[in-house]
Amino acid sequence: MSGLTRITGRAYPFGRRNVDTDIIIPARHLKTLTRAGLGRFAFEAVRAEEGNVFDDPAYAGAPILIAGDNFGCGSSREHAVWALAGMGVKAVIAPSFSDIFSGNAFKNGIVTVALDQAAVDRLLEVARAHELTVDLETMTVTSPLQDRFTFALDPFRRECLMTGLDEIALTLMRETAIAAWEADAIVPAPEPA
Amino acid sequence: MKPRTLYEKIWDAHVVERHEDGTCLIYIDRHLVHEVTSPQAFEGLRGAGRKVRRPDLTLAVPDHNVPTTPRVGPGGRLLPIADPASAGQLAALARNVADFGIPYLDVTDVRQGIVHVVGPELGFTLPGTTLVCGDSHTAAHGALGALAFGIGTSEIEHVLATQTLRLSPSKTMEVRVEGSLGFGVGPKDLILAIIGRIGAAGGTGHVIEYRGRVFEEMSIEGRLTVANMSIEAGARSGLIAPDETTFAYLKGRPMAPKGEAWERLERWWRTLPTDPGARFDRSVVIDAGEIAPSVTWGTSPEDVVPITGAVPDPDAFDDPAKRAAARKSLDYMGLTPGTPMQDVKVEHVFIGSCTNSRIEDLRAAAAVARNRRVAPHLRQALVVPGSGLVKRQAEAEGLDRIFIEAGFEWREPGCSMCLAMNPDKVPPGERCASTSNRNFVGRQGPGARTHLMSPAMAAAAAVTGRLADVRELVTP
Repeated sequence: MSGLTRITGRAYPFGRRNVDTDIIIPARHLKTLTRAGLGRFAFEAVRAEEGNVFDDPAYAGAPILIAGDNFGCGSSREHAVWALAGMGVKAVIAPSFSDIFSGNAFKNGIVTVALDQAAVDRLLEVARAHELTVDLETMTVTSPLQDRFTFALDPFRRECLMTGLDEIALTLMRETAIAAWEADAIVPAPEPA
Repeated sequence: MKPRTLYEKIWDAHVVERHEDGTCLIYIDRHLVHEVTSPQAFEGLRGAGRKVRRPDLTLAVPDHNVPTTPRVGPGGRLLPIADPASAGQLAALARNVADFGIPYLDVTDVRQGIVHVVGPELGFTLPGTTLVCGDSHTAAHGALGALAFGIGTSEIEHVLATQTLRLSPSKTMEVRVEGSLGFGVGPKDLILAIIGRIGAAGGTGHVIEYRGRVFEEMSIEGRLTVANMSIEAGARSGLIAPDETTFAYLKGRPMAPKGEAWERLERWWRTLPTDPGARFDRSVVIDAGEIAPSVTWGTSPEDVVPITGAVPDPDAFDDPAKRAAARKSLDYMGLTPGTPMQDVKVEHVFIGSCTNSRIEDLRAAAAVARNRRVAPHLRQALVVPGSGLVKRQAEAEGLDRIFIEAGFEWREPGCSMCLAMNPDKVPPGERCASTSNRNFVGRQGPGARTHLMSPAMAAAAAVTGRLADVRELVTP
């Protein structure tokens, strides 16, 4: 994964709350053995609705998605993140995210930007006509209309996003500490099944 | 020493390293693997030339894709799976566990079932452990006092390779339930009422600890139902303190420790409950006596009403976002505001899933179904035991006969109609009384309409053909 510092482009003004991962990609599309190729199934049920933002040519290929409270709730399926990545989304802005979803997102180079509802409402309006910029360096979302909202980001996640670090390789370097913990473990391995 | 919560004690006992940024490298004691979320993780290991660090702490079971019709034909021949994509995912799991040396229970094994039924039942799940699985309902194992949570595929790969995860500590939330549950009101009604109260995002960023006499008096099966749905309130984990009930349930289970190892662990487990004076970041108090049998009306598990209630009017919500969401939900659900919930007819009934497919769930449903018939207009009424061992126990008690005589179908174990990944689905526009955990749009099939409820309430819906108050069908 290569580093990510700034995302500029149109933003889908989706706005719905409690967007669950079954809506992002239903279970019937999880029977895959690879991460690629899921973008075409993203938001299938929403895209069956007349006038949905995902089929509006104004937003075609938008790298940013704006949604309501509790985005990515429900199933832990990382397929939801792969589907968003497959449709070209690199940042999601919402008042809150499910914990599992935001963890999955950052491991795939997608930044989850939590802003208060008033800021999200304002961006939903601005996004109808203007591009937005999400900047990881300054941790801001800005618009050409001089909007500027700052957001917080876990320092480790930010570093991983900006440098494209391989987290498993980092942890494997801690082998001595892991082995030492194991040597003192309280709970033994399970008896054979 | 500062008083600590159960969560903090388990966390502290698993810190391999603390980092300056506040994250910790946390050791993972137990890892359950199923066929849907693991293939890309194993591919990642292969691509990087990495091995599984501790296959002995890992257990793989297929559940999401497996059909619930018989798997073995005449002469013990394994029957083929019709959907090639499902078959491919099951074959990939079999290949991956063989290549990486991971213990595996295949569909012909009597111990096969839904991962969250199998783990506790075999004693794989233990108090005080960290347990993960690529499935959000892993929260269920918190019923035994394990810090258990769902993870994504990248995290599965990380655990397979390192047996650790780098995590930030969660905030703590106490859900204290006072009083006792009324007649006909069970663990599922309780957790639905809790989710209705705190909301689908109410527990985000928190680990919930369920406290109060109700939980102390609850069986492990009931506790598993409650902890299972913590994620529907946004909490990645839900915990119930281990106690005598927990130890009695686990002792002698095949994968649990034996002899001196058991004695030593039990002494440690007794030190785990939250200390008096320990502080929770948030506390919610609920009066059990106010809870009625509960059902959902919308497309989020927070959309809960008592069965005695009516479909809500979206205009009654203050928040404009909630108003809009309620309108959309009612449109999808085909419901009119003000309709009494008991007037809502159903065409399907599903008794099963990792929330409600254990022996007590089947007993509760059978008590309602006994000497009754499913309503003639019902298109399908399924009972799907959570594991082969649950199925065997239920058959030994004659529960299968009660269901079959009432007109239910008695199936093989699996996730079944909970999530529309296998042949069990609800057709578009049709309505299902379901003991599963999610009423999301399309969850049980495209256009399917789901009402969540307890096993006894689902059985009541089956025999009346509508959402019904189970208290009118059984006597105290």
